[in-house]
Amino acid sequence: MAEVEARGITKYFGEVKVLDNVNLATRKREFLVLLGPSGCGKTTLLRIIAGLEKPTRGEVLIGGREVTGLPPRARNIAMVFQSYALYPHMTVFENISFPLRAQHIRKDDIREKVAWAAGLFGIENLLKRKPRELSGGERQRVALARAMVRMPTVFLLDEPLSNLDAKLRASAREELQMFQKRIGITTIYVTHDQVEAMGLGNRIVVMDQGRVRQIGTPLQVYWDPADTFVATFVGSPPMNLVEQGEVLVGFRPEDFLPLEGREEDIERFQFEVSWVENLGAERLVYGNTGFQSRNGRVVSRLAPNIRVSLEAGKTYTFAVPRLGIKLFDRNTGTRLRGVSVGRG
Amino acid sequence: MEGVEQAPAFSLGYVWERERFLAAVMIAPAVLYIVALVGFPFILAILYSLSDATTGDPTLHLVGLRTFGIVLRDPVFLKALQNTFIFTLVSQILVLVLAKILALVLMEDFRGKRLVRFLILLPWTAPISLGAIGWLWIFDSIFSPMDWVARSLGLLGGSNALLGAESNLYWLGRPILAMAAVILVQTWRILPLATVILLAGLTGIPRDVLDAAQVDGASFWRRLFQVIMPMLLPIMSIAFLFGFVFTFTDMTVVYVLTRGGPVNSTQVLASWAFLKGIEAGDLAQGAAVALVVFPALAGVTALVLLLARRAEAS
Repeated sequence: MAEVEARGITKYFGEVKVLDNVNLATRKREFLVLLGPSGCGKTTLLRIIAGLEKPTRGEVLIGGREVTGLPPRARNIAMVFQSYALYPHMTVFENISFPLRAQHIRKDDIREKVAWAAGLFGIENLLKRKPRELSGGERQRVALARAMVRMPTVFLLDEPLSNLDAKLRASAREELQMFQKRIGITTIYVTHDQVEAMGLGNRIVVMDQGRVRQIGTPLQVYWDPADTFVATFVGSPPMNLVEQGEVLVGFRPEDFLPLEGREEDIERFQFEVSWVENLGAERLVYGNTGFQSRNGRVVSRLAPNIRVSLEAGKTYTFAVPRLGIKLFDRNTGTRLRGVSVGRG
Repeated sequence: MEGVEQAPAFSLGYVWERERFLAAVMIAPAVLYIVALVGFPFILAILYSLSDATTGDPTLHLVGLRTFGIVLRDPVFLKALQNTFIFTLVSQILVLVLAKILALVLMEDFRGKRLVRFLILLPWTAPISLGAIGWLWIFDSIFSPMDWVARSLGLLGGSNALLGAESNLYWLGRPILAMAAVILVQTWRILPLATVILLAGLTGIPRDVLDAAQVDGASFWRRLFQVIMPMLLPIMSIAFLFGFVFTFTDMTVVYVLTRGGPVNSTQVLASWAFLKGIEAGDLAQGAAVALVVFPALAGVTALVLLLARRAEAS
């Protein structure tokens, strides 16, 4: 049984359709990431699951029970907001204990549970402070502790790392994942950051314009995209897409390498280099292959162990292993399976 | 190089770019206004209150605090003092509760919201004396529409009707009903401003915090009393302060509706100062009555501002 299930969720804000027949179901103890550009409806979907918005059509099930019409407090869910949404007039202790007080739990039990939740996130020494006396990272921990304190069925997170600086974000990502594994609560996590999504998710739901484009593991989404949107949204730099006849030929920049005498099953391209960007851990080489490209140009990503010297303005022979090539319908952008590369 | 070192020629245009000068010029009308219309009458009132001046003999013959002694021993003064507190506190508590409800309603989206908001703000835009005259008709001893409604509902005029056997309630003729009437009108009058102030405060509470309280399982009342109200406290105290000072020092509603009657049962300090000082011509006593309120109001103002600042800081 799925912890959370969304069936045919459609949502209009006035005339604008923000969600279009969204279906998804979480698996037990899963870390499910909703990934998409801003405005794709992912936060609205999360708010509908939380009960903060009502869907125009469709239903939400939590623990197998239909909850579509029920208010948030009847759903036993916890949510962490992008802004953390701590109560500014309450101390950290009062913030964390708020959900317990709402459940009329005995004072001794409250103290015990708050101590437990604070211990989980290492904020025992902050309990008497007010939110404004905390740093960004500390606030985030308080918000997590407040969400966790009553052991919800589902844990909803709305871009909880986006207000942290880059360094803190990396360590918070790691902690969050370790923590989720240990506690084992089904988690739905919203983000527009594909690195976060790839790093955190058991599965990723890629959304665009209110529709689910693909649901799959990070590797499936990366290497086996369902359409050109997923192919170009996931990965940085995105998948190259060149037009060849009736199809779009897609390949990842890291698959697009100088020929260097490789003779396995490959597809060759004449690659005119326009400029080279040396980023230390990798080299990005931009140029064109003589075919019209959807992204305007074609990118090659070279690991530092590939030491071939490449100069702007010169043409080299590059190659992509045939396994790395994905074909898409030129008009609809959907993936074509079982079709081989047809070069004119 | 010679020409470059020369100071630029003096131009009148640059004068306006000196901030201190500009600031002084721009604030001058306000200072002038306050000195002429607040400062001068205030000092004059202090001088009058220390004298025995009347409208017949307005020469300043200083008699020290004697006038204050006379005023404070006057039973009408004590009655007016008591009435002022009842009038102000009851109306302001009603205003806060009702404004809070209205502001919460206006936060929600519903059809006709703009019309409701317009109607709520209407009393604020109408001149209060006009509004009060309208209410005078509503409370009329014979033609009161409220009485008419009560009579049609069978609540008034019958032999065992709930509100009595007489055909009218005589709102302004009975001490308790008269007080209720002036409080009602004052509440009606202050409510729009308080609603707007609280609405501004409510919109200032982050949406996420309210959503978080919902997800955390808090009921409506818990959200109201433990999240919304504490976060609204600074702005609520400002609304209260405005209404309090406004009501404490105002006589329009009382003067138009009851003139302090019946038998001083709705007399407040402001109306009593006016009746004593202007209508009865005893400038000294009128000034003294008006001034008695001043330290109390200054105290209340300081207290509420202090509370607001503390709530803001925490």
